[in-house]
Amino acid sequence: MKKQIPLIITFIAGMVMVLQFFIPHRPFSDLQQLFNSWFLIITVFAMILGLGNLLKVHTKRLQRKPKGWWYSIVLLAGFTVMFIAGMVWGIERGTFFDFLFWNVHLPMSSMMFALLAFFVASASYRAFRARTPEATLLLISAILVMIGRVPLGNYIWDKLPLVSDWIMGYPNMAGQRAIMIGIALGIVSTSLRIILGIERTYLSGK
Amino acid sequence: MNIIERFEKVDRRIIFLLVLLAVIIPLLFPIGFEIKASEPVQKFYDAIEALIPGSMVLVSCEYDPSTMPEVYPMNQSLARHCFAKDLKIIGMGLWPQGIPLNQASMEQAAEEYQKEYGVDYVNLGYKAGGIVVISSAAENIPNTFPLDYAGRPIEEFEIMDGVRNFDNIDLIISLSAGDPGVREWIMIAQGRYGKKVAGGVTAVSAPAFYPYLHSGQLQGLIGGMKGAAEYETILQTSGTASRGMDAQSIAHGLIIFFILFANFFYLIGKRRKK
Repeated sequence: MKKQIPLIITFIAGMVMVLQFFIPHRPFSDLQQLFNSWFLIITVFAMILGLGNLLKVHTKRLQRKPKGWWYSIVLLAGFTVMFIAGMVWGIERGTFFDFLFWNVHLPMSSMMFALLAFFVASASYRAFRARTPEATLLLISAILVMIGRVPLGNYIWDKLPLVSDWIMGYPNMAGQRAIMIGIALGIVSTSLRIILGIERTYLSGK
Repeated sequence: MNIIERFEKVDRRIIFLLVLLAVIIPLLFPIGFEIKASEPVQKFYDAIEALIPGSMVLVSCEYDPSTMPEVYPMNQSLARHCFAKDLKIIGMGLWPQGIPLNQASMEQAAEEYQKEYGVDYVNLGYKAGGIVVISSAAENIPNTFPLDYAGRPIEEFEIMDGVRNFDNIDLIISLSAGDPGVREWIMIAQGRYGKKVAGGVTAVSAPAFYPYLHSGQLQGLIGGMKGAAEYETILQTSGTASRGMDAQSIAHGLIIFFILFANFFYLIGKRRKK
């Protein structure tokens, strides 16, 4: 029963979602709405669970004091301040929460992403080598797209943006389509295996 | 260590310094490169231009501050474009951090075009659940979003009068930096409900959306800061994207120089070893 009940639930839920896609009429459309509502409610509880787990992990780190334990203080303090600010004064424009978002979270988050420019530049210098014919092809395409995607490319040669667009619109698109079709087929087959109870690793991890 | 090996193993701090200069100098002393609109951005613009005044545009923000330099200028230009054409905006987001950014964009544009919250635009806020939120809103928007982003009931707002589901939405635009994002909107809103969907994405994710654009599932596509700058150019405004293009051009040029320079010494070294 421990395995059969989850398998039955999975089968019913999966079949209802498949059927409502092909038969968008009652009772399947109503069931879809019902399942959507359940999903949205469960998602919120999953978020609460995730937050609870995050707090638990970092509280334990403070007790055990492993290397870098003080980062947990920053996390817990940040979480507490933002949580209280949002709950007490709301999240509207002009509130304390909004102030923290724009003046603390936003610059820090932008800064972290901006650092990527330096690492990309360093990596391009060190790792991007024409070692094989395939790597050379990739290198040439990357250079043409990179330079063709910025106004500077137009100044170097006015046809460069067209070359960049052609690479994006044809070889890139063909590759992307192949990947997408492959992923879609993989998702369909895996979903079917789960719905029909062939794939059961999600139940016990075995 | 000979000269070739030295060039191959340049101190990374020198590279960092050069990148810093390549970004800062054009920002301080703008060059003013000419920006030409590409076809995907022109299509995006045309999709909005095709709407009649009073049409409903749903703008969903799936990005956060880390991708703000690329996506936020699109958000700002989009809000201005919609209000200039007297379109109504319903904002929402599948990423929580996209909500204040969308709100700021709409407020800024609303001030410029004398538009009112609740009448000309509204922000329904964030709802956890990704693709299921789209599916749920497609059938019933008030049930999915009973409150706006600040917790006010949406029936209080004039803009929501008669808005039940996606039948009442004329165009859906997703500004996204990942999943859930444009792809999920195409899958549900376009694929299942036949709605017109357009997107604004980061430069790194733009190549993945070309198949949707060519198949007509995506009405238009703005890719990265370059796309945002092109959109600003079509709208004849000068925003942060246009200003950032000089720096991005020089930085791209520098990275290409690094690649060519490093490969030149790599190939010489390889030939010598042979």
